[in-house]
Amino acid sequence: MLINHPILGPRDASEFVYLGDANLIHRPDWQAEDALAQFTKYGYLRDNPAGEHRELWFHEQGDRSWLIVTRNTLTHEISKVEMARDVASAEGRSK
Amino acid sequence: MPNLQAITPLGNKEPVTETYGPVTLTEITDIALASVSARLGREQDTAAALEAFLGTPPPGAAEHCGNNLSAFWMGPDQWMIEAPFETHEDLAARLAGTSPNAYSVTEQTDAWCRFDLKGPSLSDLFERLCAADTHAFTGGEAVRTSIEHLGCFVLCRTQNHFSVIGPRSSAGSLYHALVTAFRSVF
Repeated sequence: MLINHPILGPRDASEFVYLGDANLIHRPDWQAEDALAQFTKYGYLRDNPAGEHRELWFHEQGDRSWLIVTRNTLTHEISKVEMARDVASAEGRSK
Repeated sequence: MPNLQAITPLGNKEPVTETYGPVTLTEITDIALASVSARLGREQDTAAALEAFLGTPPPGAAEHCGNNLSAFWMGPDQWMIEAPFETHEDLAARLAGTSPNAYSVTEQTDAWCRFDLKGPSLSDLFERLCAADTHAFTGGEAVRTSIEHLGCFVLCRTQNHFSVIGPRSSAGSLYHALVTAFRSVF
């Protein structure tokens, strides 16, 4: 399997490690009123879609950047690869 | 004061130089290393400070550049700086002093071992060692890849001169992998 790294181009999947659901970058606010409920959801609840799934991959044997890969769990087709840092800053979290 | 004798990554008093067919393998120990990582929002200042230090803009993705002082790309807004150990033993401190708070500097000199390979058909060697497409390299590329399960940087200085920079604590394993590949090719 090849992952088309946004900066480095196609790289073999063996260079990457998989973390899980891309929602893990949306860490809840620990000061919120319902922080415990939010963190319980963040820590334990996952969707398990049969189809498109946004997930975090780490380019461990490469430039060590985090990627958000959109992969179809039925066909393994990868339709989109983004830098996690770009996604986070687009959401206004690079402050 | 005890009289301490520095040893090379392979544990010898002197760096190893060996010849396999047309290729020479040399253990390089006279280079100081430090890595630079831009802090959030200070990416431009970091690039400017590195340009002033190196005399050339810092290299782009998967590239390296420079001569006496050189740098290679490690990741987005991160670079490794190489300098002669003789004149720049304090490389990390010098870098840290050039533009305070724009970037973080890590001393890397003794974290890595470096083997330089000089000779023809080096890509025949690397195709056995790693997934990097070294056949397409013409000079100036710097990629991090996996050799013998070790995260190594492969730098193509010219088509007949590659550097492999790997973790110093696994220098023996990396050397073994290189020698095994040499025996397979030549």
